[in-house]
Parts: sequence; C-alpha cells; structure tokens
Amino acid sequence: MSNLRDKYCIVGIGETPVGKVDGITNLGFNLLAAKLAIEDAGLTNKDIDGVLTTHPYGDPPFMYSIQIAEKLGIQPTYTTDLNLGGATPVALVEHAVMGIEAGLASTVVVSFGEALRSKIKHHGKFRMGREDFGNPYGEVVGITYAMAARRHMHQYGTTNEQFGHIAVAMRKHACLNPNAQEREPITIADYHASPWICEPFRRLDICLISNGGGAVVVTSAERARNMKKKPVYISAFAEQHTHKNFYNMPDMTTWGAKRAAEKLYKNAGVGPKDVDVAEFYDCFTYTVLVQIEDYGFCPKGEGGRFVENGNIELGGELPVNTHGGLLSQAHIDGMLHITEGVKQLRGECGPRQVKDAEVCLVTGNGGSAGATHSSLMLRR
Amino acid sequence: MAAGDYTKPLPIPDEDTQPYFEACKRGELTLQRCDACKTLRFEPDNICPKCLSDRFTWERLSGNGTVYTFSVVHHAYYPGFKSELPYVIAVVELAEGPRMLTNIIDCKPELVKIGMPVKVTFKKCTEEITLPYFVPA
Repeated sequence: MSNLRDKYCIVGIGETPVGKVDGITNLGFNLLAAKLAIEDAGLTNKDIDGVLTTHPYGDPPFMYSIQIAEKLGIQPTYTTDLNLGGATPVALVEHAVMGIEAGLASTVVVSFGEALRSKIKHHGKFRMGREDFGNPYGEVVGITYAMAARRHMHQYGTTNEQFGHIAVAMRKHACLNPNAQEREPITIADYHASPWICEPFRRLDICLISNGGGAVVVTSAERARNMKKKPVYISAFAEQHTHKNFYNMPDMTTWGAKRAAEKLYKNAGVGPKDVDVAEFYDCFTYTVLVQIEDYGFCPKGEGGRFVENGNIELGGELPVNTHGGLLSQAHIDGMLHITEGVKQLRGECGPRQVKDAEVCLVTGNGGSAGATHSSLMLRR
Repeated sequence: MAAGDYTKPLPIPDEDTQPYFEACKRGELTLQRCDACKTLRFEPDNICPKCLSDRFTWERLSGNGTVYTFSVVHHAYYPGFKSELPYVIAVVELAEGPRMLTNIIDCKPELVKIGMPVKVTFKKCTEEITLPYFVPA
C-alpha cells in the first residue's frame, strides 16, 4: 500500500453545530455536514460522484447511502454504508481512497450525522448482533470497556486518577473549542467527585451523547492542486479488527490498535516521534490510554504515567484530542477527530492550534472493548 | 413467577443456542466441543471459529471458574436492574477454558476480586428461560 502514500487528500471538511442542538433530524445533520464539506472544498454536488456514509446508531435503515446521495442531488458511481461502530468514519476515508484508486469515483464525500439527544421517534432498534449472552446480565457496550480497564489496573497498577487526567485534558481542550458541548473546566477533584456509573468508570470517564454531523471530501492529490483549500495528504491508513464479543480477547489491555499501528507507521514512513498531534477515538478515558500504548508513545503498561502532568494537553509531549474529543466536544462517531486533524494541519485551530503541526494521527475504534479499529496518518 | 413479572432482558433461544438454554433448565452448564479440533467454544454457533468444522458435541462443564474481570454497575441501563443496584457483572473464566459473561450474585460487590473462585448456579427467570449465574466457590 505504500505506493498510495500521499496520493490522496482531504480537500474539504464540514462540521455542524454539535451538542444540545435541536430542530435537526438524523438525516438533516448528515446532509448539512456533507453540504458544508463540499462547500469548504469549493465544489458543488455536480463534482461529487462517490457517497460513503454510516447509518445513525439509533436508526439503522435500509440503503442509507442511497438516500443521502439522492438528497444531496448526487447520482453516485460509488456508494455504500459501512458498519464498524466508532471505527467507521476513519475506515470510510480509507474506502474513499480505495474507490478512487480503483477508478470507481473521482471525488467522494464521507458523512455522518445523528440527533441522538433529541427525543424523536426512531423506526429501528439498535442491536449488537446476538445479545442473548450479554444483556440478560445487564451488559451494555460501556461496561465492556470498564471491565477491560479493570484488567489494565490489575495488570499494571493503573489508577482512576490517571484516567481522570485524560478527562481533564479533553475538557481543557473543549474549553478552547467554540463548537463543543461541554465548556466548563474540570479538575481532578471534580473527577473524583463524579459519580460511579460502572466501576472503574465514573461519569467523567464516559463520552457524551450528542447531536451533530461531520463530513469530509476526498480526492486525488492531482485534482486537489486546483482546489480552494490547501490539501491535507493521507499518508497511510490501516484497519485491524479483533472480535465481536470482548470476553474471549486474549488480553484486554492490547487491542487491534497495536497491529494497525505497525502497518500505519510502515506505510506512512513515520514513527511515533514524528506525530505532532493525535486525535484518538475516546469513547472512554481508558480507550485513549490503551491506544497511547498500542501506538508506541510509551511501553505497554505505562500509559497511566504518560497521561499525567499535562503530557497529553496542548504544550505537552503529545497533544491529544485538541477539539475535546467524544468526552468533551461531542460524540459524532469520531468524524470530528478527522475534521479536527485536518484543521490542525491547515493551521485553522486558533487558540488550540498545535504550533507547526505537520503530522497528525487519527484513530477510530468501535464495538465491545476495542472490537474494531481503524487509523489514518495525515500530513500537510 | 407469573408471566410478565420478569422485567430484565431475556434471551430468545435460536437454532444454535436452544440446547444451551434447555440444559440450563436442567441445571447444567453445557457448551459445544468441536469434533474436529476439540476446541470448546463460547458462545454456541454452527461453525467452529478455529477450524470451521460444522461437527460438534455438546459437553457438560464443571461449572467452576474464576473471575477474570468485573464491573460494579450503579446505573440501571435496563429498568429491570433498578432494584438490584449496584449489581456485579463479570467475565468468568471457566475451568475448561472459555470465558463467559455473567452476574456474580449472593456476594457483596466490594468483596468481588479478580481471580476469585466462583461456581455456577441457576435461576429460573420464566417458564421458558433459566439462566446461569455465579456465586463465590
């Protein structure tokens, strides 16, 4: 795959207002985000021939991408929905590259939107495949991450306070982001005062429930030359999925992220030392900690120490989730990790800009305790 | 228990899982062992994920295991759990190898530890469904 290094680009990004935003449907957030991304690229719907998306969590309809395409006024030669949970948006960017490389399309819009906070009626019911061995015992996806986190604490002595440093860092960054759902600063004391939800997770270990949408436009580096915005190059991409049911993972403290990282670094021709900013999928604080280790920013088991002392905050050794992440900006399935990475590399981040950011790692992660994993290495 | 009294989520046995739930009604914990590669698997399915053989034999297990990991849950994600908060959900590593999800019952949540020996017990939920739970051994 290394021959695809920097051959494709993200040329447009779209972010709707996120958080407690009312009056827009699941579909509406998706369409609005796609429109904003197409306009950001200086393009119109006539320039788009590929439409990739993923259905809302709360409403899995049939042939969703076709509906999105029609409502965007596009008759695509390449379209599909992908369903990898939180690993989907990052993987969709990879699928856009694959489709263009194969000649199926020339310019692809990748979009996601959901009104999960709204008390609207959904037609469908979200199911995690066969649930018969989990939900009779009160299982939900979040609890699987809590149980994996407990293994990390057991094996390496990681503490709740260390998880708390991750929550505090994400909130600090969200406070610098005008488009963030939670903008009240928090301290470690606030973290400790936050109620238990599913031990070892407190409320502040757990991502937000949000309304909003995000989208990007992908095209070739050649076409990108004449576009409105400076292209952000896709240096490499990787996926590694490991399981559906987390309980038989050989080790709950090492995820598919580790093998994805090896491929990603090799194909991008960079290593952890070259990464200026990382946008790690952060459905829970622990999710960030595992990935910091699996991507080689510190040895396995030392993630707890790595996140202390502001090390993952702006100005630290590895600024993580400069937009505030799912924990404090909004949960838009990780789509906004990609748009934030692009903004950092364009230098559009204002007070939360990482100075001279050249290389950005973006990850996606989904399902029970890191079941699915995808990543992108972006550069300016 | 009268129909409708049970408020927690219930499994819906299917072609693959029916024998597992039937065995639970008899007070037996059973899993499939692959006839070809002899791997014991959880959860039940028609194909062995290790060697893809579709031949298997149901096997009764000891019901012994240890707590691999657990969470004390303080939030009623399902209304039926509200009266039992906080409840303990755990991954139990069975003596025979596979791990399964369960609740640790008849034990104070603060006493549950990783590595703790546990053994299976069965509770009748409805006329159709009996589920395995684990208690300290």
